[in-house]
Amino acid sequence: MDTKIFDMGKIDIAWCPGCGNFSILKILKDTLSDLDIKPEGLVMVSGIGQAAKIPHYLKANAFNGLHGRALPPATAIKAVNRKLVVIAESGDGDMYGEGGNHFLHTIRRNPDITNIVHNNMVYGLTKGQASPTSMQGFKTPVQPGGVILEPFNPLAVAIGLGASFVSRAYSDDIKETKEIIKKAIKHKGYALVDLLHPCVTFNKFNNRKWFKEHTYYLKEEHDPTDRNKAFKKATEIDKLALGVFYINKANKPFEEKLVAYRKNKKPMFEREVDFEKLENLIESKKG
Amino acid sequence: MKDISIVLCGEAGQGIQTVEKILVSVLKRSGYFVFAAREFMSRIRGGSNSTEIRVSDKPVNSFVEKIDVLIPLDGKAVDHVKWRIGENTIILGKKEFIQGKSGKTFEVPFIELAKEAGNKLYANTVTVGLLSGMLSVDFSHTKDFISDFFKKKGKEIIKGNVEAAKKGYEIAEKLVKENKIDFKIKKNEKAKDNSLVSGTDLVSLGAIAGGCNFISSYPMSPSTGVLTFLSSKQEEFGIIAEQAESEISAINMVLGASYAGARGMVTTSGGGFALMVEGLSLAGILETPVVIHLAQRPGPATGLPTRSEQGDLLFALFSGHGEFPRIIFAPGKTEDIFNLSRIAFDLADKFQVPVIIMTDQYLLDSSFLTPSIDVSKYKNKKYIVKTYKGYKRYKLTKNGISPRGIPGYGRGLVVVDSDEHDEEGHITEDLDFRIKIVDKRLKKMDLIKKEIESPELIGNKNYKTLVIGWGSTYYGISEALKRLDDRDIALLHYRQVYPLHPDTEKYLAKAKKTIIVENNATSQFARLIKMETGIHIDKSILKYNGLPFGVEEIVKEVRKIEKKEVG
Repeated sequence: MDTKIFDMGKIDIAWCPGCGNFSILKILKDTLSDLDIKPEGLVMVSGIGQAAKIPHYLKANAFNGLHGRALPPATAIKAVNRKLVVIAESGDGDMYGEGGNHFLHTIRRNPDITNIVHNNMVYGLTKGQASPTSMQGFKTPVQPGGVILEPFNPLAVAIGLGASFVSRAYSDDIKETKEIIKKAIKHKGYALVDLLHPCVTFNKFNNRKWFKEHTYYLKEEHDPTDRNKAFKKATEIDKLALGVFYINKANKPFEEKLVAYRKNKKPMFEREVDFEKLENLIESKKG
Repeated sequence: MKDISIVLCGEAGQGIQTVEKILVSVLKRSGYFVFAAREFMSRIRGGSNSTEIRVSDKPVNSFVEKIDVLIPLDGKAVDHVKWRIGENTIILGKKEFIQGKSGKTFEVPFIELAKEAGNKLYANTVTVGLLSGMLSVDFSHTKDFISDFFKKKGKEIIKGNVEAAKKGYEIAEKLVKENKIDFKIKKNEKAKDNSLVSGTDLVSLGAIAGGCNFISSYPMSPSTGVLTFLSSKQEEFGIIAEQAESEISAINMVLGASYAGARGMVTTSGGGFALMVEGLSLAGILETPVVIHLAQRPGPATGLPTRSEQGDLLFALFSGHGEFPRIIFAPGKTEDIFNLSRIAFDLADKFQVPVIIMTDQYLLDSSFLTPSIDVSKYKNKKYIVKTYKGYKRYKLTKNGISPRGIPGYGRGLVVVDSDEHDEEGHITEDLDFRIKIVDKRLKKMDLIKKEIESPELIGNKNYKTLVIGWGSTYYGISEALKRLDDRDIALLHYRQVYPLHPDTEKYLAKAKKTIIVENNATSQFARLIKMETGIHIDKSILKYNGLPFGVEEIVKEVRKIEKKEVG
C-alpha cells in the first residue's frame, strides 16, 4: 500500500526542525502501509504534548484527548469495536507522568492496542522541564540544581507487570524501529514501544551523539519469553538495549475476554436493546 | 390507622437488610403497599444502622420520623432512634435491649426462639414471622417466600427458617388476640401489580432501556449499585462493564467508547465526579455523548460517605472548565427515575452533550412500589451516521449539530480533538474560526431548551404559597402537603433542573409566597432559580445533617412559615 495514503497534504507542523518526531512520523506511515492498515480502520489516540500531535500529521481516525489520558479511551475504542486497529501514542510526560496510573492498569488490562511512547527525557511543549525519564543531574529551569529523582523505568515496570509485549527503539534507526513497531502492531495484546528520540531544543545532554553511544541492539539469542532475563536487561541503564525485550502470550486480550461478546460478536454500535428481555427483567421485580 | 412504620435497628452485619428484603416482598405479595428507607454508618460491622418499612393500603413512598413498631437488635438500638419514639411506639426485643425504655415494650427472645427452631442464625426469620403475623399476613405467603428465598441453601435450612418464622408469627398472633397490638391495615390488590424496586434498580433499568452498553466506573457509595447492577447484566444485555483504576480513567474510557459508537455512562458520587470534571469538559469540546449518574452524598471531600444530601447541584451545573451545553436531570418520582435515565441516553446522543442524572443515597437505597413500566413500545433512535469520503466531524450546521460519524463505519475519517479544532477535527489556532465553533457548540442549547422536562405542579392551580423542590424530595413534600390539606399551598417539583423550564417565572409570579425545600445548607436550587429568572425565593426549609426529610418535619416547617394552624 502506498504510504502517501497517510499524508495530510500541506500542513503546518509544530515540531522543531531536526526533531526526532519527524522520523517517527515517517516510520509510522511506512510501517502502516507495509502492514496494509487502512486509515479508515485505524484510530490514533493521543494525549497532550508535542508527540501527542501526531494524529494531526497522519491521515487516520483520531481521538486526541486529555493530557495523560490516551490509554483509557484507546482501551475502550478497541473494546467496543474490535475490528479497529488502535494505536495510543504520546510522549514520556504524558504516558509515564500524568498518565502513569493508566499505564500500569492498561498493562494489567491488556487490550490489543499498540502503545508508542516518544521518550526524549524532557518536556517539550511546556519548555524544557524534567520528564519522568530525565536522568539524575539533568538541569532545567525548574530543576536548576539538576534532577534529583530516580528516573522512571517503563520497561522494568512493564515487564514487572507481565506486560504482553515490551520493546524499546530509537528514532534515528529507521529500519530497526520499523521492524519493532511492526511486531508491536501485529502482536495480539498490549504492546509497548518505548521510543527514544532526541529533543534538539530542550535536551542538549541526551543528544544524537549520546544516544548513539548509549544504545545497542539485543542479540539474536535474546529470548523474549524469559521474563527474568528481560527484566535484567531492562534494569541495565548505563547502556540502553534496543529491541523486543519481552513477550508474554499467556493472557488473552481484554476485549476477547469481555462477557458482552459471549453471545453476540457485533460491535456495540450495531446492537439494539432487547426490550423483550428487559420486559421480563422488569416483570421479575413484581415478585 | 392508615399506615404503619416499622423500624429495625442494630449493628451492621446483623442482617437488617435481609429482614427488610424478605418482609417487604412478603407484604407486597399479601397486598400491602410498602416502602423501605435505610440509614447506615460507613462501616461493615458494628455501629448503629436502621431500616424503616412503611406499610399501607395506599402508595407510600417517603420517609417518616414516627415509629409504630421498633425491633432493636442490640443494646444501642433504642437510643439510636430515641428521637423518633413516641408513647405509642411498640418495642419488641430481648429484655436487655428494651428494659427501662419509653414506649410500649414487649419482651421477645428472638435468639432463643431461633435456637428452638434449630439455629440462632434464624433469629432474623423469627422477626419476619413476628412482623408478618402482626399485620395478619396469611402465613402461607410468609412460608412460600421464605422457602423460595432459602431455596439454594437446602431443605434443612428452609425447614428451620419456616419453623423460626412460625414461632415469631405465633407470638404476634397472641399479642393481637390479647389486643396488645392492633394494626388493621386494609389490603389493596393493586399493590401486587406494582414492581418492587430501589432507586438504583430504576436508574439501571432506565439505562438499559436507553441503550447503555458501556459503563466504566470506580466504586463509590452511594453510586456503586448501578455499576453492580449493569455488571450483573453484561451477558444478558451485551453490556461492557469495567471497573476503572480511577474516576479519571472511567470517564475517559466512556468517552472513547462513545466516540467509537457505544452508549456509555459513568456512575459516581461527589468526590469521584470531581475527578471526572476535566473529562466532562472534554466531552464538551469533543461533542461526544456521555451520561453521568451523580449519586450525591454529603461533602465536602469524603464527608459522610453513607448519608444523603442534595449538595452538589451547583457543582454539577458549573463543573468543567470552558463553556459548553449540558442537561441536568433530578428525578424524584419512580417513573421519572426510570424514564429520565432512559431519555438521558437519547438526548446525549441527539445533542452530543453530557447529560447528568442527579440522585442521592436516600433515593437510591430506598425501595419503592412503582406502577408497572411498559417497555414494549420503546425503540431507541439511532443518531450515528455512516461517513463518506471527505466527512467532517464538526461540520458547521445551522442548528449546531454536526452529524456524528464513528470510526470504522463508512469511508470517512472521524477526528476529534481536545484542542480547539477545525471542521475536520484537527487542531487549529484560527481565532476567527474559534468564534464560529464556540457558537456552534452553544447553539445546541436552543434545541435543548425546546425539550425541557416540565416541572410537576401538585395541588391547587390557584395556590397562594408555592413550595418548590427537586430530586429526591418529591414524595416527602407531596405527602407533607397532603397532610397539610391546605388549598392555598401547592408543590412545584423539578425533575429537570437545567436548563430551567421557561414556565418557572410564570409559576413563581403567581405565588404570594415561595418556599424552597432542599437537602442542603445553602439553598442551591433557589440560587439557580435566581440566576436564571432573577426571582428571589422567599423562604427556605433546609436540612443537611445527612438524613432525608421526614414528612412530619416538612409539615412542621411549612406550618411555621405559614404561621397558621392547619388540619
